[in-house]
Amino acid sequence: MTTVQATRAPATRPPISPPSLLRASSTIVWRNLLHIRRMPEMLLDVTVQSVMFVLLFAYVFGGAIAAPGADYKEFLLPGIMVQTMVFSSAIVAMGLTNDLQKGFVDRFKSLPVPRPAVLVGRSISSLIHSSIGVAVMAVTGLLIGWRVRNGVVSGVLAFLLLLLFGFALIWLGIWVGSLMRTVEAVQGFMFTVMFPLTFVANTFVPTESMPAWLRAVSEWNPVSAITQACRELWGNGPAAGADAAWPLQHPILVSIGWSVVLTAIFAPLAVSAFRRRSRD
Amino acid sequence: MNAAPAVEAIDLVKHFGETRAVDGVSFVVPEGSVLGLLGPNGAGKTTLVRMLTTLSVPTSGTGRVAGFDILRQPTEVRRSLGLTGQAATVDEILTGRENLKLIGSLYGLPKKYVREATERLFARFDLLDAADRMAKTYSGGMRRRLDLAVSLLAAPPILFLDEPTTGLDPQSRSGLWAVLRELVSEGTTLVLTTQYLEEADHLADEIVVVDKGRVIAAGTPTQLKDQAGRASVVVTLTHAADLDRAAQLMESCCQEVHVEPGSRRLTAQAGGLGDMTRIAAVFETSGIELDDLGLTRPSLDDVFLHLTGHRAEAEDAADLTNEGVTP
Repeated sequence: MTTVQATRAPATRPPISPPSLLRASSTIVWRNLLHIRRMPEMLLDVTVQSVMFVLLFAYVFGGAIAAPGADYKEFLLPGIMVQTMVFSSAIVAMGLTNDLQKGFVDRFKSLPVPRPAVLVGRSISSLIHSSIGVAVMAVTGLLIGWRVRNGVVSGVLAFLLLLLFGFALIWLGIWVGSLMRTVEAVQGFMFTVMFPLTFVANTFVPTESMPAWLRAVSEWNPVSAITQACRELWGNGPAAGADAAWPLQHPILVSIGWSVVLTAIFAPLAVSAFRRRSRD
Repeated sequence: MNAAPAVEAIDLVKHFGETRAVDGVSFVVPEGSVLGLLGPNGAGKTTLVRMLTTLSVPTSGTGRVAGFDILRQPTEVRRSLGLTGQAATVDEILTGRENLKLIGSLYGLPKKYVREATERLFARFDLLDAADRMAKTYSGGMRRRLDLAVSLLAAPPILFLDEPTTGLDPQSRSGLWAVLRELVSEGTTLVLTTQYLEEADHLADEIVVVDKGRVIAAGTPTQLKDQAGRASVVVTLTHAADLDRAAQLMESCCQEVHVEPGSRRLTAQAGGLGDMTRIAAVFETSGIELDDLGLTRPSLDDVFLHLTGHRAEAEDAADLTNEGVTP
């Protein structure tokens, strides 16, 4: 021990300049996107699966569903895109649980990195992931006859609303991902939540034909407001009828409202669950 | 020997609900030395490492790493240490090289430095051929080496290793030991946890034995072995036919002589080297040929049994049969 003292060379340490939140987050985004590139099958949930949904509903069920004042395919596309965005919360949850489980979050935390970088990076890469899905949906839609009919501005606005909604749901994903111990548990839980959330809504069928109580639930479902907003902005369907619930009468404002409310509820829950998980 | 402490644990306590995972642990690791935290599964070793590396917040107590307080100066602490966790936390989807690029970027290291350091570390850890392969194709030993390379990228003066060789085959294990000894010879301070007594004996200057969140013994490997009992002399004869005569000779000068029937070996209790030379002289005059004459100290295995055996609780016995025995 005494002899090695002389050979110690602390001078060989490289300069460490702890990265900013932005730089650390973008490094983590780079890493997460590299995962997608190496395992393109990770995209199946938002690509092949969603395309199948489109084809299934457009051609198998669609004929039996009467869409009010629009072609069913046009009616369907906004619904499917919202569903794809909802899935981003499952993507973020599974990714985060995996990183926690495999010790990756620990590794990041042992580095001089701003701690929120793990969450910020994860959210951004999940948004990119689900945006790829939305883009695939848009192309599929264009091929089968879906169009954006109300001009560029409202067209882009609808996509921004989708992103905002996806952002809000990502906090739900972070919350669930921080609470659960295995990817399988996350998957089971998220799909149990997301199926009723995306089906008990106006995504695939008009709500008018539902029993009164179910119709009320559907029309107050945030998914319905955002779907209705996209339909109106893209010109894929008429405004909601006079007997529809209040949120569908003001879908754009309500969509923004829901996104803000959901973020306000789930972001603090998510951050504290993640903190608690990563304190132990 | 009067080096400044590289790592200090100061009455560290961590409770998980009712469980006292760590219950008041203190120790000091001088700069450039190796501390082995030895204990069975669930003894609190990992929790100790997690607190000292700022991953887990202590319920009470604190610690210092490279002179920085783990609670008040976590960023400085993180800049001073490298950590290799229990599971090799390499990113399996990234290649070996990309793993280092990722960590280098998160340290904010210059790109040129990361490239050069990667070559150097991969050459040293025999990973150059696999550098551009995804880490999921690596063997267990390679993953550990990559994990270590990642931990060493920023050349930390203090390295924490949580069960670095768990799950490795004996060859990979001795390979990793060689690397660790090399790091120590360059002046790195190591804090390693292990369930393997052999490993602590091999690498550590100082061993802290932990059980149920408390320190139950501490000292150099030799001190701990002395604590567990006296050394013994092992005599190996050249000819098995001499066994009876040799046994009589040993009885006349030593205590607790044991003959292993059907072998050429005898053992006897010995106080130290003095006894051994006495025995050597006796055999020399008697003309019995010897193959080997040696002094064996109790292994750390014996130490652990001895230490934990004091608490004669039923669950302790179960713990020992499950985890206290090394492979």
